Amino acid sequence: MESTLKADEKYRKNPDGIISILENVQRKYGYLPKKVLETVANETGSSLVDIYGIATFYKYFSLKPRGEHLISVCLGTACHVRQAPLIVKEFENQLKIRAGETTVDKQFSLETVNCLGACARGPIVVVDGHYFSNVNKAQVSQILKKTRYGLDRIDIKKDERIFPVKLRCTNCNHSLLDPNYLIDDYPSVRLTISFGRKHGWLRLSSLWGSYNNESEYDIPVDTIVNFFCPHCHDELIGASSCPSCNAPMIPMIIYGGGLVQICSRRGCKNHMIDLINGICVNCENRHTCSFIKPEGGVWYCEEYI
Amino acid sequence: MITLQINGLQVKVEKGTTLLEVAKFLGFPIPTLCHMEGLSPYGACRLCVVEIGERSNAKLVSSCTYLAEEGLKVRTASARVVKARKMIIELLLASSPQSKTIQDLAAAYEIRQQRFKQEYEDCILCGLCVRMCEEQMMAKAIGFRGRGENRSIGTPFDVQAEACRLCGGCMYVCPVCSLRCTYNEPEKAICGACTNLSPPCLDKEQFDDMMCYMDPCVACEITKD
Repeated sequence: MESTLKADEKYRKNPDGIISILENVQRKYGYLPKKVLETVANETGSSLVDIYGIATFYKYFSLKPRGEHLISVCLGTACHVRQAPLIVKEFENQLKIRAGETTVDKQFSLETVNCLGACARGPIVVVDGHYFSNVNKAQVSQILKKTRYGLDRIDIKKDERIFPVKLRCTNCNHSLLDPNYLIDDYPSVRLTISFGRKHGWLRLSSLWGSYNNESEYDIPVDTIVNFFCPHCHDELIGASSCPSCNAPMIPMIIYGGGLVQICSRRGCKNHMIDLINGICVNCENRHTCSFIKPEGGVWYCEEYI
Repeated sequence: MITLQINGLQVKVEKGTTLLEVAKFLGFPIPTLCHMEGLSPYGACRLCVVEIGERSNAKLVSSCTYLAEEGLKVRTASARVVKARKMIIELLLASSPQSKTIQDLAAAYEIRQQRFKQEYEDCILCGLCVRMCEEQMMAKAIGFRGRGENRSIGTPFDVQAEACRLCGGCMYVCPVCSLRCTYNEPEKAICGACTNLSPPCLDKEQFDDMMCYMDPCVACEITKD
């Protein structure tokens, strides 16, 4: 609670900021506890009545604890004529709750919404931000099953364009993966960088297709960054330059054969991959392959560390 | 000073005067429900509608919130205004037929029919009590809650608010619940709330008479003795 309010220092004493504070509280607890609302009232100096009025006015806020997964079924006009009420009923039957309620095990909350803005693809169901379109009654149990299993996990597994790559330095052959620091739930690729007079670390997602990265510096867009191997401290630099912005491309070797090149300019999302062999996506035998594939659907015929 | 015409009469008024104040000053009757002197105008009940502008530009506005404008032509009792007002009263009567205030209004405007389903609501959401509590009693104990058809007035979490000192101001200004004790259903006639009420001024802080609307009040009787 303390931290929530501290982060909202700038909203204090400003009645317009209450919504932002409540949003943070809702995000943190999943609902608006009575005690927290009282604290917000005391800290901001506005009355509990006003805060309660806001909390009950907006549908985003909930005064009752919500489940881990929030299922929103669209009942807008377009979805309604395409049998969305039947889908609500099916969810109610399977979860044994009414719309607006939470299951006893606090796993699911079911709510109906009035429009999600994707009318052409209705009926729409949104679970934790994942959209399901053209939903019919039979799909309801599948959606619940997928949600129980974990929606994000399924996305990475199913989407063959996204897969983890294991990288190593072009000079010293040391692995660049840092198993102690995860990005996108996979070991991150650790590199040393320098730009201007600054020198520090940068960690990239090892998922091919993900642009997530973290660094101890806030690197300004358009800066060309020099990359170094954290083991041999040699600069990673290749002969080629980025086809779209002409900055040097940074090469890294893929375990199992192949080369990944990323553009060294901050903000340029050019990257390319040259595979020789070894990655399941390109393998003709990937469906019949008898190798054990670790969780996440790994992708190398040799062991993934 | 601003010059405007109201029912054909030229008047000069201070800047910032509402049309309702101008009309009242000149003696043109405009019925109101959610308006009260000393409270900020709210424009919720729409009973005080007047017509401004001319011919195709003419429109209905709520006079309690509309500020006087230079050269404005106002009609407080044109056929359109009266028709709109009658409709509003009829709708209010349907939602709270037990209210004496609304019954009187209906009688004054000769409403002889009741075309809508009677709801027996005990609140028309005029917001008088909310403004009374905040602006005159400095308490902010009650407020609006919810949205749309779930909108209601009350205290947070439906428990008695700490800020409330039972001054009775909200009940005093309410145009609907003045008959709440007898209600429209006989079995609800006696709720017993008044007999269970412990007068707050006995054990809490003392307030001026002006800050209390409980009349008659047990506490006052006791202190008088």
